[in-house]
Amino acid sequence: MSGDLILSVQQVTCGYHTRGLFQKKEYRPILHDVTFDVRHGEILGLVGESGSGKTTLSRAILGMLRPDAGQIVHYTKRPQMVFQDPYSSLNPAYSVEWILEEPLRIYGKYDAAERRRRVREMLERVELPVECLDARPSELSGGQRQRVSIAVALLQRPRFLIADEPVSALDVTIQAQILKLLKTLRSELDLSYLFISHDLNVVYQICDRVLVMKQGRIVEQGDVEAVYAHPQAEYTRQLLAAAE
Amino acid sequence: MKKNPYLTAGCLLAGLLAAMIVLGFFWTPYDPTAMSAEKFLSPSLRHLMGTDNFGRDIFSRVMEGAGTTLLIAVATVAIGLAGGILIGALTGYFGGLADEILMRLGDVLTAFPSILLALVIISLVGPGKTYNVVLSLGLVFIPSFARVTRTAYAAVREANYVKIAQLMGVPKARILLVHILPNTASTLLPAITIGFNNAVLAEASMSYLGIGVTPPDASLGYMLSEAQGMFTRAPWYALCTGLVIVLLVFGVGLIGEGLQRRSGEVI
Repeated sequence: MSGDLILSVQQVTCGYHTRGLFQKKEYRPILHDVTFDVRHGEILGLVGESGSGKTTLSRAILGMLRPDAGQIVHYTKRPQMVFQDPYSSLNPAYSVEWILEEPLRIYGKYDAAERRRRVREMLERVELPVECLDARPSELSGGQRQRVSIAVALLQRPRFLIADEPVSALDVTIQAQILKLLKTLRSELDLSYLFISHDLNVVYQICDRVLVMKQGRIVEQGDVEAVYAHPQAEYTRQLLAAAE
Repeated sequence: MKKNPYLTAGCLLAGLLAAMIVLGFFWTPYDPTAMSAEKFLSPSLRHLMGTDNFGRDIFSRVMEGAGTTLLIAVATVAIGLAGGILIGALTGYFGGLADEILMRLGDVLTAFPSILLALVIISLVGPGKTYNVVLSLGLVFIPSFARVTRTAYAAVREANYVKIAQLMGVPKARILLVHILPNTASTLLPAITIGFNNAVLAEASMSYLGIGVTPPDASLGYMLSEAQGMFTRAPWYALCTGLVIVLLVFGVGLIGEGLQRRSGEVI
């Protein structure tokens, strides 16, 4: 992999002020001094237990939250996101075809025929049958919905994708298929991922490098093989032991 | 989909009445205003609901009056819904200070009985005209629709597909109207049926009190107040008019109940 940077997160601190009628105003940080880079073409894993700040970090990267200190530098256009819950990621009021055409209606000046062509091409990429186009999201399985969610993100031609627990709501066999698909898409479309997960086995299967996060701090980062074989931080050792 | 007896029964009942009302716009068995010597006839095959003190056929008058009531109720709901969706969508989606202010203002308005509030408005715009009744009732109905819409928008706003649309750069107006609005239908449709019924009853009350529809227009509420004066001579007048109001409200209420149960089943 080349060393070009996709994203640079520099000493980011994020938090909120507690507000209460009888309380003193207090600052509660969620992210402490977080620094890391995403390199071109890599799949960077982000692991940590729930409440460790993984989702806050992704929201900050997407610009939905403003960091209180530090900065986030994007070297590509805005990243797209695949969410954990494939059941609320697709608008239940519309057909899959409408959902997939929406990014094309918003972005490009494509006519109806070109939108149709691009949607069908993307459908093939995410390995869904054409019949899915007429279906409502509620008629699809969890794995199919997640494929549609990925297609919606990719139709906007991002270079960088944030996947927040994209497979943790799925069966193990479906998980493996989606992970394989994400890997294939990375090489075909020249993508980089930030892959957020609490499941260390999933991270081992798909990621090149990994960040370990605990209570808003990054306690360890490195190549997946190295971190899993020789964990330096005590917390990483605990996580690995728990995942055995 | 499972059988929904509420929805079926409601549609049948309301549909039957609607058919009668629509028919009444074009044809009634007798001229609703034609007087005759046959005063105070009790219901018979010739006069299904009997005749009143001028010998007018009550069934024909009910057909026409129900039409006026229906139009007023539909227009009232349309005004309340349009204003309510506008305010509710903006406050529910954006939140913030405007949300707080508008909702507290809504609280103040709902603290008044709606009829009383409509009374105030109608005395300002001038009583006795049908479109003023519609206007005053419509304005009074806005806060309740706004509240329902706001709740639905605030809930749907958190869904991932809305976040995805935001990330996609979909314009705000399109998010509000195209992405969110269809998903509030399960909340709004029952609210519309309830609002419709409240409008029917409110119009009836106002016309009954003499500040609503005035002759030569007739509505069910106006006819009810007219019937009161001759209750001992022609009790069928009040009973039949009241019965049509009750059936209309009951039918639409069943539809609302059915819609609510259906939205509970789906998902």
